[in-house]
Amino acid sequence: MYEIVFKKFLTPTICLMEIDAPLVATSAKPGQFVIVRAREMGERIPLTVCDFDPVKGTVTIVIQIIGASSRIICSLEQGDSLTDFVGPLGRPSDFMEEDPASLKGRRYLFVAGGLGTAPVYPQAKYLHEHGAHVDVIVGAKTESLIIMEEQMSEVCDNLHICTDDGSKGHHGLVTEKIKLLLESGAAYDQAVAIGPMIMMKFVALTLKPTSIPLTVSLNTLMVDGTGMCGACRVTVGGKVRFACVEGPEFNAYEVDFDEALRRQSLYRPQEIEADHKCRIGRDL
Amino acid sequence: MKRTPVREQDPKVRATNFKEVCLGYDAGEAMEEASRCLNCKNPGCVKKCPVNIGIPRFIEQVKNGNFEEAFRIISEDSSLPAICGRVCPQETQCEGNCILGVKGEAVAIGKLERFVADYNRENGTPVIEKAAPNGHKVAIVGSGPSGLACASDLAKAGYDVTIFEVLHKAGGVLQYGIPEFRLPKETVVEHEIENVRRLGVRIETNVVIGRTLTVDQLMDKEGYEAVFIGSGAGLPRFMGIEGENLNGVFSANEYLTRSNLMRAFDPESDTPIFIGKNTVVVGGGNVAMDAARTALRLGSNVTVVYRRTEAELPARAEEVHHAREEGVVFRMLTNPVAILGDEKGCVKAIRCIRMELGECDASGRRSPVPVPGSETDIEADTVIMALGTSPNPLIANTTEGLQTERHGCIVADESGVTTRPGVFAGGDAVTGAATVILAMGAGRKAAAAIDRYIKEK
Repeated sequence: MYEIVFKKFLTPTICLMEIDAPLVATSAKPGQFVIVRAREMGERIPLTVCDFDPVKGTVTIVIQIIGASSRIICSLEQGDSLTDFVGPLGRPSDFMEEDPASLKGRRYLFVAGGLGTAPVYPQAKYLHEHGAHVDVIVGAKTESLIIMEEQMSEVCDNLHICTDDGSKGHHGLVTEKIKLLLESGAAYDQAVAIGPMIMMKFVALTLKPTSIPLTVSLNTLMVDGTGMCGACRVTVGGKVRFACVEGPEFNAYEVDFDEALRRQSLYRPQEIEADHKCRIGRDL
Repeated sequence: MKRTPVREQDPKVRATNFKEVCLGYDAGEAMEEASRCLNCKNPGCVKKCPVNIGIPRFIEQVKNGNFEEAFRIISEDSSLPAICGRVCPQETQCEGNCILGVKGEAVAIGKLERFVADYNRENGTPVIEKAAPNGHKVAIVGSGPSGLACASDLAKAGYDVTIFEVLHKAGGVLQYGIPEFRLPKETVVEHEIENVRRLGVRIETNVVIGRTLTVDQLMDKEGYEAVFIGSGAGLPRFMGIEGENLNGVFSANEYLTRSNLMRAFDPESDTPIFIGKNTVVVGGGNVAMDAARTALRLGSNVTVVYRRTEAELPARAEEVHHAREEGVVFRMLTNPVAILGDEKGCVKAIRCIRMELGECDASGRRSPVPVPGSETDIEADTVIMALGTSPNPLIANTTEGLQTERHGCIVADESGVTTRPGVFAGGDAVTGAATVILAMGAGRKAAAAIDRYIKEK
């Protein structure tokens, strides 16, 4: 059992939890993910790692209520435990393989959509600590759905907020903000986009005409998450790749996003039905 | 004297539930069947058993009604008799070499093994003796058949053994791969794993060796003197044909993991499973049979397509027979060439070509060749690919000095010795997908090699 040592709702539907998992806390790296099971008959849910503290032995995860299983996880309280918590899974971000000294002065642009802000955080933090220039664009529907604004501003050079309704920052989509930054003369050696599949697709279309390399982190369906089931397969560069062991990060310009979007929706009818059942008699 | 028939659930009934198909012998039936054994001086059955169980010796005890003694004899060589009695391909191993089989029917060795294990489980398993602790620590990667067998032998010899398992439940393929209707999880699998724990073996679930901890860390920092890698099969293989990423195409591993490990067949489970109207399973091995019979029980019509003939089907004869009784349709000499989708990207049919058998290939089997112009479409909304697996590269990539061969399997000799001193390997991680009993045999041989390695160090 893995105790929830801290819990807080960042928005009405997004919840942050610190989990007591010492082995994962000492081995996790930016770019990796964990798999969580809330209860004995629970589903295995892949979640990106938001932060980790090897000294306290805790791993921070951020979960959005999108179906029955995420609703159950978010209904647990501080002091409760998750039945299972396994990781770190997947490959660390490419820059983790490089000599940290070589990162100094390199210019990074991160584009985070909604919950994608959470996995962007440890990457920005690591790069910022090693002297890279880090700009972050965070996009959300409306101001109240923006998460981790304060923490993010501490680990980057410029934080740009975009909201669909204009309630905060730039009124419009992250792709427009990217264009504005580039037009104003900002230059980047590398871009990273993490968020809804549809956002990553359009960030890729926006950046493709520039020569800036773009990495995306694919949140595909998974069951075991360890390279056994193949549910996470995606087409990258015309080849079938397994996001759980070969990813989750890939070169965005090679990803078949339309296929990935379609595959992601496979169990949506069952999820909606399960969530409906799950909500009966609950106040969440 | 004829082979004593074994009671089974009626095919029509069992096709709609996940309860065990075979009901096993009772004491009287077991004693009757045991009396058929000729107790050969030079028993062929033992030679063909990958773990060399003292078959005529335990059968002799069954004949006389000494079921506890029979269990003790089996336990000298196997920690998982209730499992092996159910899933071993006996017809090509022990029973295939039984002298009675020459003119009539072989002794039902598998069913007798199963009876002995079940009887002792239901009536309190006798305590298995083990040596005094010797203070040496050994780590085992993976809690499947090879890891459990290796751990049992080492624990009995006095070693301090810890198994690291990546999933949330111990058992490996016994949990995620083999369905409930063939191998009940709570009564059989979990009980036999509990027996391994009773030998003093610790099982740590949710640990990814290669990520959470590496083999190097286990040996250099955690004080393990030897490591056995029994990490099992890996990434599912696909055919590389058009349409394989359409919605409704699954690997057998995914389909079975959802149903077996995650219990998706149970309405109480939170894990979804895709239930089609018409399911086509591609492949002819045990995994293909398990996937087909699972889809059938979930309510789908099921067709198995296989590119060779019935004679070449690699699945256990009993599974093929059961699948057919339950209503699975077989189309032999049939091979997919494309999967066709509708405008939403969902499977609507699978296009297959007729095959005929040509020259013998390297495996000695006549290799199938397509008949030009013979394509037909089979209507389907679900396609399950059961084509085997290729090894998971994680451990090899993160372990210094551990060599793999061309396909990614870990290089190890007969006794499990790898290219890295102190690291041993066996089971599917070395051989590619094989059987439970071969993995157990490899685990036992590696345990003996680990014992020699540590004593000579």
